[in-house]
Amino acid sequence: MKRKQVLMVALLIALIMLVSCAPSTKQVLATKESQVKLRAIQTRAFDTTEKEKMLRTVIATLQDLGFVVDKGDATLGTVSGTKLDRYALRMTVSVRPRGETQLLVRANAQYNITAVEEPEPYQQFFDALSKAIFLTAHQVD
Amino acid sequence: MKNSTFFRCVLYFMVFLFFFAGCAQTIPKEALQLSKENLENRQLQTRRFDTNEETLLSASAAVLQDLGFNITESETELGVIVCSKQREAKSAGQLVGAIFLAALTGVVTPIDKEQLIRASLVTNPIHIDETEKSKCQTAVRITFQRIVINTDGDVTRRECINEAKIYQEFFDKLAQSLFLEAHEI
Repeated sequence: MKRKQVLMVALLIALIMLVSCAPSTKQVLATKESQVKLRAIQTRAFDTTEKEKMLRTVIATLQDLGFVVDKGDATLGTVSGTKLDRYALRMTVSVRPRGETQLLVRANAQYNITAVEEPEPYQQFFDALSKAIFLTAHQVD
Repeated sequence: MKNSTFFRCVLYFMVFLFFFAGCAQTIPKEALQLSKENLENRQLQTRRFDTNEETLLSASAAVLQDLGFNITESETELGVIVCSKQREAKSAGQLVGAIFLAALTGVVTPIDKEQLIRASLVTNPIHIDETEKSKCQTAVRITFQRIVINTDGDVTRRECINEAKIYQEFFDKLAQSLFLEAHEI
């Protein structure tokens, strides 16, 4: 009976360690997914070279989805926005040329205090974006 | 008997720890899904004016200043103005409720104290006429949101503002501002 008790306490201590042992500075460069997989999830190519039109469409799509724009930069090609709906969803979208005929659109999002690394939300965003710009979003490998 | 209570306590604590380790929040399914409500909001938040983009942007900046907003970010190339203001958020009803509760129970409940109101205004040229300004058409869309903080310093509300009346009033003021600018008042 006593051994069982000791075992229980040991297990308890192990669990506490599991919950609390990672230093929080680890978060600075932390991602759950691999770099390659994350890029595939967050990036789409569009058959257009009109960067400004794409950026304006990205802004319109973000507004449609209930975001308030935080920042926009035509030279760098980035737009950031925040959606507040009890939760806080922050998103940055960048647009840059890919070869001579395409634009690469990349999005990354943060839900409250966690990174969004599931594919579905990004798929939904790119669906809305391609509807707005009347172009198909191509998967990039 | 004593032993079993000990085990039960440890077990409960373990279950609690498991919850703690596994409770990372995930994004709601509808967060990035276009809904009918989104499209209704678009209509509410958008107006079209017979002027060029530059004029509309400067008239908009003037209205935002009229309303006490500070401009935090702007990019004229993309037609974006971002602004915000901080104001008090006290409501009489909530205050009366808190006083009543304090008198009854002796417990002081926190009430809403201040709010950060943010807005982004985006213009989009629909028709461009190089020769005459009044033949141009430009759309403008504004969206408001706010974060409310209570007397304890906690966030009590994070929401977008979708009251039709607010948008109506804003666009009325913008139309007035455009008129004033056209006549250089």
